[in-house]
Amino acid sequence: MNTGSFSDWSGAMFDLGPLYPFVGWETAMVILLAVFWIGWHVIQMRGEGRQWEEESRKLREGDNLQKAVQSEHNPERV
Amino acid sequence: MDNDITALQVLFTETYYWITIVMMFLIHVGFCTYEVGVSRRKNHLHTLVKNTMVIPVVGVTFYLFGWWLYSAMVNGPGITGGLVPAPFAEPWNELMGTHMGGAPNGTDITAADTALWARLNGVFWGAFLLFSWTTASIISGSIIERVRSGAFWLIAVMVGSGTWIIDASWGWHPSGWMVQLLGYHDAYASGVVHAIAGGTALAVLINLGPRIGKFRPDGTPRNIAPHNPWLVCVGLFLIYTGFWGFYAACNIPIYDVQPGDGVFWSATNIYLQPTTLSAITFNFIMALCGGLMAGYIVSKGDAYWTYSGGLAGIIAASAGNDLYHPIQALLIAAIIVVIIYKMHFWVERRFKIDDAVGAVAVHGYAGFLGVCAAGFVLWGYPASPDALLGHAEPWARITPWGQFAGAMIMFWVLGFIPGYALSWLLKKFDLLRVPREVELVGLDYLNHAELMRDDEEVRNAVLQEARAARPAR
Repeated sequence: MNTGSFSDWSGAMFDLGPLYPFVGWETAMVILLAVFWIGWHVIQMRGEGRQWEEESRKLREGDNLQKAVQSEHNPERV
Repeated sequence: MDNDITALQVLFTETYYWITIVMMFLIHVGFCTYEVGVSRRKNHLHTLVKNTMVIPVVGVTFYLFGWWLYSAMVNGPGITGGLVPAPFAEPWNELMGTHMGGAPNGTDITAADTALWARLNGVFWGAFLLFSWTTASIISGSIIERVRSGAFWLIAVMVGSGTWIIDASWGWHPSGWMVQLLGYHDAYASGVVHAIAGGTALAVLINLGPRIGKFRPDGTPRNIAPHNPWLVCVGLFLIYTGFWGFYAACNIPIYDVQPGDGVFWSATNIYLQPTTLSAITFNFIMALCGGLMAGYIVSKGDAYWTYSGGLAGIIAASAGNDLYHPIQALLIAAIIVVIIYKMHFWVERRFKIDDAVGAVAVHGYAGFLGVCAAGFVLWGYPASPDALLGHAEPWARITPWGQFAGAMIMFWVLGFIPGYALSWLLKKFDLLRVPREVELVGLDYLNHAELMRDDEEVRNAVLQEARAARPAR
């Protein structure tokens, strides 16, 4: 088994090209990266939306907003 | 790498760029530091993470398409030609990975490509990526304390891996169409980094709106003081320091600049025109001096605007700092800093724009005016090394109107318009701004409350353990 395109450093250095493993799989790796990138944004934006919605809903209940602004947990207590 | 001179040239250039990347990293540290210093305590963590995550979101996209855009979009396309093939910058190309420079595996690149790019592709990509982070970070500071992170990161991708690198291809490439046709000259990125970021920030601010409490009912602005002025100033100091790396990365350290026969080794600017590191050292420091002195006087000694004046002074002189006399650099910096300071407060009052860090002024207006100033001071200078590049017909020379057109393209066409369009779209889908209640309690409130709650529980648990361990009498 050899994941690279060379197995020792004894040959002529001039002949050495790519050193990374799985040469020939670059396009597949790029597709993987693109999916990872777009997926990350989708997950992040959904999660952030849910978080703000939930927090906002709780704060709107009763006098929660006033309490939160004055809470000891708020570093800028009014 | 087949002879000593070539090997030395390539290895020195590789090492040089690698060091500039390390130095430029300080710019990002500085931006994070001063943004956190400006934000109120209830928004610290959100502010910090928002800017830190520019690193991965722009990093990944700059790998996927940003770097390719720089080489491919030189002609517009459609203005001076079509798309330029740039196989070495395609993300699936073997040169976008660890490579020793031997003959290629594929057919889209030649042995000459691999020999040249194997050691330079990664460091050039890295240096340009650091410029990208800077461009996105400039916008980050102005919109703190109310923007959704996800919205900002989409804007960061658009600017960091899209619009800025297209403007660099047009006006910051030896063969860019703006350089050829307009005589656009912007050696250290007054326009291509700063004006475009300022224009985008202004557009996003219009759609985003001011922070709650920023303006009185009669429309006059209130000061929202930085929670930690020390941290703000240290952050700006770090940006100055990283800016040295930025300047160095705008140069090629060793290049044969002699057209035709003969050899003359020199450092060059980004356009491959001869300059010296000595010249930019003079001009960087003198522009910093001019900006600091003007900033101090015009702001009556305000620490934040004195430091920002220093930064704006460098930005203002950057378009021509490869050629200016140091005293010219100082004067341009000082004059422009006074103008942008006045403009910041005028725009704030007149249009109710809440730019939390003054980024539109410090980067946008200073960059725009700096590009225009170079048009007058460097009038008639060559904008590109056309003879070195083998063009019989000389390309356009630097003129005030060419520079003005270039500044308009940077600030408005590639900065403001795309920034407005994307932020308008995000606003339409209610994705741009956090809910009002969240903004009121602070974006870190939940995080902070959970930490305090856990802290209390841990304290109680420790007390309980201590009581249980007490020996019975």
